[in-house]
Amino acid sequence: MRTLLVWLAGGLSLAGSIQVAMANGWNMPVGVTELSGNIHSLHMTIFWICVAIGVVVFGVMFYSLFRYRHAKGAKAANFHENIVVEVVWTAIPLLILIGMAVPATATLKQMYDASEADLDILVTGQQWRWRYDYLGEDVAFTSNLGTPRAQIRGEEAFGENYLLEVDEPLVVPVNRKVRFLFTSDDVIHSWWVPDLAVKQDSVPGFINENWVRIDEPGVYRGQCAELCGKDHAFMPIVVHAMEEEAFDTWLADRRAAASQEAQGIDREWAMDELMERGEQVYTAVCVSCHQEDGSGNPPAFPALAGNQALLDDRDRHIDTVVDGVSGAAMPAFRSTLNPVEIAAVITYERNAWGNDSGDSVQPSEIAERLSD
Amino acid sequence: MATNPAPKPVPQHASTAAGGLAEAHPERPSGLLRWLLTTNHKEIGTLYLIFSLTMFFIGGVFAMVVRAELFQPGLQLVQPEFFNQMTTMHGLIMVFGAVMPAFVGLANWMVPLQIGAPDMALPRLNNFSFWLLPVAFTLLLSTLLMPGGGPNFGWTFYAPLSTTYAPPSTTFFILSLHIAGISSILGAINIIATILNLRAPGMRMMDMPLFVWTWLITAFLLIAVMPVLAGVVTMMLMDINFGTSFFNAAGGGDPVLFQHLFWFFGHPEVYIMILPAFGIVSAIIPTFARKRLFGYASMVYATAAIAILSFLVWAHHMFVVGLPLVAELFFMYCTMLIAVPTGVKVFNWITTLFRGSISFEPPMLFALAFVVLFTIGGFSGLMLAIAPADFQYHDTYFVVAHFHYVLVPGAVFAIMAGVYYWLPKWTGHYPHERLAQWHFWLSVVGVNLTFFPMHFSGLAGMPRRIPDYALQFADFNLVSSLGAFLFGASQLLFVAVVVLCVRGGRQAPAQAWEHAEDLEWSVPSPAPLHTFETPPTFERPAH
Repeated sequence: MRTLLVWLAGGLSLAGSIQVAMANGWNMPVGVTELSGNIHSLHMTIFWICVAIGVVVFGVMFYSLFRYRHAKGAKAANFHENIVVEVVWTAIPLLILIGMAVPATATLKQMYDASEADLDILVTGQQWRWRYDYLGEDVAFTSNLGTPRAQIRGEEAFGENYLLEVDEPLVVPVNRKVRFLFTSDDVIHSWWVPDLAVKQDSVPGFINENWVRIDEPGVYRGQCAELCGKDHAFMPIVVHAMEEEAFDTWLADRRAAASQEAQGIDREWAMDELMERGEQVYTAVCVSCHQEDGSGNPPAFPALAGNQALLDDRDRHIDTVVDGVSGAAMPAFRSTLNPVEIAAVITYERNAWGNDSGDSVQPSEIAERLSD
Repeated sequence: MATNPAPKPVPQHASTAAGGLAEAHPERPSGLLRWLLTTNHKEIGTLYLIFSLTMFFIGGVFAMVVRAELFQPGLQLVQPEFFNQMTTMHGLIMVFGAVMPAFVGLANWMVPLQIGAPDMALPRLNNFSFWLLPVAFTLLLSTLLMPGGGPNFGWTFYAPLSTTYAPPSTTFFILSLHIAGISSILGAINIIATILNLRAPGMRMMDMPLFVWTWLITAFLLIAVMPVLAGVVTMMLMDINFGTSFFNAAGGGDPVLFQHLFWFFGHPEVYIMILPAFGIVSAIIPTFARKRLFGYASMVYATAAIAILSFLVWAHHMFVVGLPLVAELFFMYCTMLIAVPTGVKVFNWITTLFRGSISFEPPMLFALAFVVLFTIGGFSGLMLAIAPADFQYHDTYFVVAHFHYVLVPGAVFAIMAGVYYWLPKWTGHYPHERLAQWHFWLSVVGVNLTFFPMHFSGLAGMPRRIPDYALQFADFNLVSSLGAFLFGASQLLFVAVVVLCVRGGRQAPAQAWEHAEDLEWSVPSPAPLHTFETPPTFERPAH
């Protein structure tokens, strides 16, 4: 009786500590959508089934190991088959599995129903950033790693959201069905936010879909889950879920800002303006390969500082940024950056780090180049 | 721990007592040439095992680099480019260079001895199969020194990261996989030919030891899937060098096709690495429980069932790649079904222990740890089979924890159990008991410290294959790294035990373990170079 009580107490405290652990970032998050909750409960159900089977199986095993020791003079029995027992322990797991397959099938069907969405967002993976297009809303932007490289190199203290912060978060409304369409410009990436229970590969040449209806406003963080090259660890995702009205205001503001920037294409930009904007773009987009000081990482990523071939040939510089380099790591930025950003970053590269070419590239020139 | 009791008298096979034909070949080359030209299954088995151990340490060093970088957040030791090469090479070397050749080495040594055959059916082919391996892996390792570095796209080498975006050395990587693949296919043909043709008179298929059975089934798996691997890497070769677009979406190709082909090879490959382990454990547990294996026939059927199911589950590696709903359901159900035959095996082992007379020699310790820890890996496998939940588990450290539980305390522990079990037969000496126990306990602690926290870091949101991570994963990674260093260092003890055992130690009789039943224990220890030159008569154990 006392042994039984000790075992019972031990079992309960173990189960208790598992419960505590779950609340402290040791377990899959419950998340903030109905589906993420369903997935979490499937996870916990199968987990406890495994624990129960484990207790029985390992219980019998360790009982046998202690009880039937050769050193204690145990004499081996002689049985080596029993058809009834064997049929029973084939059938019981089969029944447990069927019991598990039923709720799993239901949840999976729910996940696959992306119909009747209120908002469609095209998510494009690129080495190593995410691009978000609010389809039909004229709003699109690129979301880059927000953590300064100095923190990664250990020259600065880590920030609170080290590696899980971006320059521009994805903004979505709560209580609306948001459908994500996933594709990629280069290799396979995978867009994953644990609190939303969405993980979907973004595959070049394919469009995958998944969806969320978020219950609570908040900031939810995730990152790329499919090995996509050098900076796979450095393409995080931040989702900012807003109340519906706040989201509508945000979307209208973004649309206005986009059209304002579009107007900026036609005017003449001053060198200072271009340099300032160019540095922002460079820090967000180019720095992971070409480094802050433009030294690059040859041979894969050429240096820009003192790159005489580029400085001598302004058109080639523009071509490289707009169209990328075929067969090399340099992507085409024609659809990722707008003409202002392309003009600014080229101007910056031609004048920063002692390049001092004095050239500037105007957004109007890039717009013309893009319309060719 | 119990000392090994005196062996019961076993009739020695007549032609083996004097060392068989060894004296009939006085012109045998010596030195290096002897090993290069040998067609003897025991010598080739030894070569395979030494090669495998070497690769185990090289792959292990790569793992240590990975764990050292992940010891704390931030980039300290290596850059992401090199980190990716280390994770990729660690996987490739361990799968193709360490685990698979170790099982082939054990098969070379033990299959002929367990079925009463004088050698493998195709001895020259056997020599060729082995010597392809050092060529393949020298080539593979040399890519690390090439411009642009070695393979950096993960051991699963998904296109187009491994084609359009791969380093120039990828063509060498493809060639090395081709060579290793040919080696595996030839080895498998040899094992099948041996088992089907060279069994002792009177030994029916259903009398074969389970190690022989599991290897027979494994060999068929190898023949079925290695050509698929050869096909897929050839398509990569064409994409890289000859302008085709099998996997290039821009040219009308299909990157997802790569994954279907890879995993059609890759999932049976996973069982190639575990079925022979089942066979080893099924030999060791009855020996040290002094009781016949429970459910021999169901063990054979379960192995066959697992092998057949392994062809129907490949897309469970691809649940988030964008498959249609019916495909997800089909692969989820088939994957869950694998739990049934696997469960049968575990129940059979445990029922063999039940009412046995159990002692804990080193092979038994490793076999028991295998049963417990492989089952834990099986549980996380069952969780991963649940497709909706896999949307959260996929490509996280939860998966890393899962497959390391089935491969390290699974396959690797079974190999070590087999080595400790058969060392007396190979060397004529028992392994050093105390050192072997230290090796066992340090390995068990190290392996769990390394891999158990990975369940938590994965569930909490840490993706696999990243050189740097967010701060909430720091504690888990610290423990994993310390565990990995402990596990890595402990394997030096294994080398010490093996070297000491080859050099000397307590003499082992022919019947090195009191209750061991199979034919290998009827030849002297150490086994002479040639055994069973006239076939033994197989006698079925009385029911």
